[in-house]
Amino acid sequence: MTWIAIRMLTGDRQKFFGLLFGVAFSALLISQQLTIFINLIERGATAVYNIPTANIWVMDPVSRTPDVALPMPPTALDKVRSVNGVEWASPLLRSGATVRTPEGDLEGVTVVGVDDATLIGLPKKFIKGSREALYEPDAVIIDSVGAAKLFPEGFDPIGVRLELNDRRAVIRGIVDVDPSFTSQVILYTRYSNALAFVPGTRNRMSFILASASDGLTAKQVTTRITEATGLKARTREEFARDGVDFIIENTGIPVNFGITVALGFIVGVAIVGLTFSLFIRDNIKQFGALKAIGVTNNKIRMMVAAQALLVGLVGYGIGILLAAIFIASGAANSPDFKGFYTPWEIPVLTALVVMTMILITGWLALRSVLKTEPAEVFR
Amino acid sequence: MSEKRTAITINGIVKEFSAGSQMIRVLHGIDAEIRSGELTYLVGESGSGKTTMISIIAGILYPTDGSVSVFGQDIYSLSDNDLVRFRLSNIGFIFQQYNLIPTLTAAENASVPLVAAGMKRDEAVERGRAMLDKLNIADQADKLPRQLSGGQQQRVAIARALVHEPRLVVCDEPTAALDAKSGRRVMDLLREVALAPERTVIIVTHDNRIFDLADRILVMEDGRITHDGTEMPDH
Repeated sequence: MTWIAIRMLTGDRQKFFGLLFGVAFSALLISQQLTIFINLIERGATAVYNIPTANIWVMDPVSRTPDVALPMPPTALDKVRSVNGVEWASPLLRSGATVRTPEGDLEGVTVVGVDDATLIGLPKKFIKGSREALYEPDAVIIDSVGAAKLFPEGFDPIGVRLELNDRRAVIRGIVDVDPSFTSQVILYTRYSNALAFVPGTRNRMSFILASASDGLTAKQVTTRITEATGLKARTREEFARDGVDFIIENTGIPVNFGITVALGFIVGVAIVGLTFSLFIRDNIKQFGALKAIGVTNNKIRMMVAAQALLVGLVGYGIGILLAAIFIASGAANSPDFKGFYTPWEIPVLTALVVMTMILITGWLALRSVLKTEPAEVFR
Repeated sequence: MSEKRTAITINGIVKEFSAGSQMIRVLHGIDAEIRSGELTYLVGESGSGKTTMISIIAGILYPTDGSVSVFGQDIYSLSDNDLVRFRLSNIGFIFQQYNLIPTLTAAENASVPLVAAGMKRDEAVERGRAMLDKLNIADQADKLPRQLSGGQQQRVAIARALVHEPRLVVCDEPTAALDAKSGRRVMDLLREVALAPERTVIIVTHDNRIFDLADRILVMEDGRITHDGTEMPDH
């Protein structure tokens, strides 16, 4: 009877496409919004993951994320270096500044000052220029997102002079990094330069990047650092998670995306439920006739299940495909979506949501079929 | 001439429906016997109880009281599933509005009882096609119901009712939606194809244009059989 059920459904093209649209729309909205949400909050961790050499971040006890940090005195660096188990430690400065482009545009930027001697803190992958270029006078390295933001497409910014907090800065390279949560332009420079670019209070050092000695885990060393110095020490993974948690706890993003996902589900249930009910109502006489002829309720259940399964599978496939195209195209063409990916959990979760939707609407539709008395076909 | 045997025995059938707090009795202890090899008409005005009666005979409506024996089987002593299986094996249905599945072709519609019984699709459709051929509409086998005239649709419905060779065929107003000519043609065909010594055909109708085709006419009034004969009563 399955082929009859499928033919009953697909033959009514208007309702079949209506059902597919409902499921596909829901799957698209849910998976696309969840993907954006996950990628967006993961950007709370990109400042940490963009510096792969450091597996330990040390900071003032009140600091919470790469962008919410209380600077420490320079002596903190020596304290950390003296902790048993610390292989090396180097300073890192992160601070906000404003930059004026040659065209006169004003843009907020994050200045990152990396260790003068080792350049630890600089991202590894260069699109243009090299690490050594940072030793040139007033040199800054711009991140790929910033380059796309400040300059027109195809423009080579190498050698361009910027006015950074009223001081001269020259772009000497472009690094490939994942954008931060705010997609703000990042300018990397040497620590000594950064102190000049970003004048401020007595304490300037935002973080100390460190690495655990051989034979020790990062977690063991962070415990030692905290015990010995009173500073807060986090492993790279912990600090990355802190950045994500900060966004979740301090912004309305989870609620907003949650509402959109819920709306996707509700609208999907409404469209699919109504269309499925209409389809069943239009075919109720035929279902009644089948029951009179001798089709059991179990076979009727299988028929409706086959119809729901078909709609669910095809609609889900279309929705997920559209979401994947949207994300892939965004990641390839827009700096705002750079690095976006779809974690495997999202299609799985979307499939569960679609399955729930199909179960609810299928059950509602089935109820009216099962309630239909075969004798009603004679009335 | 083959002997006409009793196919259906109806004993003291009572049917009541609830209407709010009241129970309305629509069948008042009906007794009847219907023989095989005959075209039996169940005739009566609207509300006389003929549709209720045919539903009970066909095993799709439980009586309040009484019993119905079809080919020796007390059908309401069967479990729900056994009753459904009994209908599938033994009864063919022809409905007033045809109730064909609009997205299946004529041949596929005709094959539905075979598919429901578990026959493979191709074989079932082929047999549906053969039945349509018997009903002289083989050339319409691949058309959808909406592409057929009312008379052709009813012939597809007859094919569906007969394709699994049931021993009982019940028809509800088979000519009500057809003009006189088409109705007559459908009834001639039904009589020619459906009627067989081992088969019982019961037709619910109030279409006096086809009364002459009946072998036996049971007239119902107010939930009782008031006439049993080969012709309609004079009054």
